[in-house]
Amino acid sequence: MGRPIVGRMARPTLRRTTAAVIALAVTMLAACTAGSTAQQYPGGEGREVTIAVAAEPVNLDFTTTSGAAIPQLLMNNVYETLVKIDQDGKVVPMLATRWDVSADRTQYTFHLRQGVTFSDGRPFTADDVVASFDRVRTAWVNAIKGKMDVVERTEKVDAHTVLVTLSRPSNSWLYNLGTSVGAIFPAKIDFDLKTQAVGTGPYVVTSVRPGDRIVLTGRNDWWGGPAPLRTVTVRYLTDPTAAVNALRAGDVDMLFNSATGDQVRQLQKDPRLQVVEGTSTGEVLLSFNNRVPPFDDVRVRRAFAYAIDRKAVMDTASAGFGTLVAAMVTPQDPFYEDLTGVFPFDPARARALLKEAGQQHLHVTFDVPNLAYATTAAELIVSQLADVGVTATITTDEFPAVWLDKVFTRHDFQMSVIQHSEAHDLLTVFHRDYYLGYDDSKIAPLAAAADAGTSEQYVAGMKQVVRMIVDDAGGIVLYLAPTLIVADKGLDGIQANAVTESMDLTALRWASTSSGG
Amino acid sequence: MKRQVGWLAGQLVATLALASALVFVVLRVLPGDSAVVALGVNATPQALAQWRAQHGTDRPLIAQYGSWMGGLLRGDFGTSFVTGRALTPLILDRVQVTLIIVGLGMLLALVVAVPLGTLAAVTHRSAWGTVIAGASQVGVAIPNFLVGVLLVSLVAVHLGWLPAGGWTPPATNPADFWRHVILPSVALGTVQAAIITRYVRSAVLEVMREDFLRTARAAGRTRAGALVRHGLRNAGVPVVTVVGVQLAAMLIGAVVVERVFVVPGLGSLLVDAVQQRDLQAVQSIVVVLVALVVVINFVVDLLYTVLDPRLRVVAR
Repeated sequence: MGRPIVGRMARPTLRRTTAAVIALAVTMLAACTAGSTAQQYPGGEGREVTIAVAAEPVNLDFTTTSGAAIPQLLMNNVYETLVKIDQDGKVVPMLATRWDVSADRTQYTFHLRQGVTFSDGRPFTADDVVASFDRVRTAWVNAIKGKMDVVERTEKVDAHTVLVTLSRPSNSWLYNLGTSVGAIFPAKIDFDLKTQAVGTGPYVVTSVRPGDRIVLTGRNDWWGGPAPLRTVTVRYLTDPTAAVNALRAGDVDMLFNSATGDQVRQLQKDPRLQVVEGTSTGEVLLSFNNRVPPFDDVRVRRAFAYAIDRKAVMDTASAGFGTLVAAMVTPQDPFYEDLTGVFPFDPARARALLKEAGQQHLHVTFDVPNLAYATTAAELIVSQLADVGVTATITTDEFPAVWLDKVFTRHDFQMSVIQHSEAHDLLTVFHRDYYLGYDDSKIAPLAAAADAGTSEQYVAGMKQVVRMIVDDAGGIVLYLAPTLIVADKGLDGIQANAVTESMDLTALRWASTSSGG
Repeated sequence: MKRQVGWLAGQLVATLALASALVFVVLRVLPGDSAVVALGVNATPQALAQWRAQHGTDRPLIAQYGSWMGGLLRGDFGTSFVTGRALTPLILDRVQVTLIIVGLGMLLALVVAVPLGTLAAVTHRSAWGTVIAGASQVGVAIPNFLVGVLLVSLVAVHLGWLPAGGWTPPATNPADFWRHVILPSVALGTVQAAIITRYVRSAVLEVMREDFLRTARAAGRTRAGALVRHGLRNAGVPVVTVVGVQLAAMLIGAVVVERVFVVPGLGSLLVDAVQQRDLQAVQSIVVVLVALVVVINFVVDLLYTVLDPRLRVVAR
């Protein structure tokens, strides 16, 4: 400090500044790319698992609140149903051990599992089933309650037998019983459904920290045996990068659909991790407004179907993860068949069809929600359309607010792209009132007849409906989004196929641990 | 002092009235229907109508604004459009989190910046001064989130010393709280330290040219003694100004760091609320932020008069 502060030349200062800047930059780059040798993944033992999930439930009550996040967490894990949809999409026993169907297929007699208790100790009986099914009609305000409209009445035969009478035969109803609308609650709900969940499943919600995490605790008195894990912590990490960092830092053990396809490709190289790809019910759909020109002309819609290389779209938007399907039907559905050959990628035929329709110099607007997969897919689609002479102009819509308002509610669009996540939503999407405005006059009666028929008639009838919808090209399914799970190698029992809205954790366990812990 | 508090109250009320009216109108102009976003694609028209009636969004705008203002006067922010829960405890909870990381970040910045900036000024023609000036130049140029991302990949992922993100309230588990709070505060503080270092440096340089320092030295003080006794206090005024401005910027800008470190603060709440068109939450959070900024400015005004008695005449 005592030195004179004048008398030095100014020029070397600049050079030194430059040197300092470079030194700093080099240090920081080195920090970025430093080898990944030292890290460990803690938490490999014991009976605790932390899972990163992207979308957080608003509350715990799916009877009054819509949104996939609530049933994703609670179904199967906390609330159970009479029947379960297994990983192959089959209807299997859960709280009902078996069921008899009357000859006219309108009466179902369910024989209930005995020795089942709710997490608060109450025994599970026929009264709970009757009350739960009745509540769908009286207390639910979520629109999915419509799936139980076909139920005329539910009666208790004895403590462990329930008779359900339908107003007409319905094949889809039994399947729907395996989704949230069939959840069994205690007959008397003396707790707040928004903040508490009392079900018959292996886990119970013990802590909710909004904006952060929900903690599930395993039950020792579950009918299926003690829950394999003592604690499941579900952390809600909206940002995929934050989720990947949490996994790599050992803060979480498993990412459930919370990383992007590109990130998963990177994580695949890590020998300590396993990547499990399952199917989902989320079809990414290029949707047309069938009400307005040019998409009221089936030739234009078919031309677009030929013009788009769906494999390339999936490779770009989802890093190649996913399944190519042609309709809003998943490979687990009984009436699934591979229809991807109906419209092969064929730009020449697309141009011919456009010419036939008099639309060689077509301009369309393209409303794209600001979601990563959608914007990526949209850019590729625009360039593929340009190859057949179509100019598509992208408008980015904030999701959900603006997209819902403009496209979904006001139908103020020509073409859009979005993932439809709900299970069995084919007939919802291709319904005349839906935002696509698809003319369902031909398929609606066929679908109704199929639903009321035998299971063979159902499968045959629905296959016909699906073929007609695909052929009409009211919207083009680009691909079926994957369920991408990245987890510590030590985790066992991962159920990757999201056949319903549930994230099924009931079999999840550490491979190294036996019971106890 | 009494006059100043009165001035603050007046300023607070005027600013809040203006800001609340502005944000209220802007939010209503924003495209998107809160009811549709809240209830989702499966909502029936009846459910939508019921929701609008329940949340009062079907009433005239002036009535909606009036009841919001009425609630504010009672310290009640109303209920969230999305969760249906009371907003007041939620916002208070989140504002604490943000104040903690912003406060610690600023503290860290000052602890680093004041000595470093002074050193840089005193040694501004030597190697040290150059290195500090250069480093702070780089620091100013790096965005917060980049520091955050680098910290996560280095400290959390590669070294495994601290968690990559998340939050534990101090009351729940103090040790865990500190493990979670370090990285976000450092990320916020680093850039601020660089900015403030530059201001401290130039303020001290300015002061060093003042006649009164020369007089102090003539009166027998050492160079360092004169600077500490008479210089730093005078250099404090511009530094306090920039600290005030930066604090306000940090409160708003914390959202980026909150995202990177998954910290449930006010910023992330605001972003979520905008996305979900939870207008009630958005307008309430904005009012809280505006109030905080007004208070910060007031404290800065007070500090001026503490640091430099000459300004007391100017201050009302």
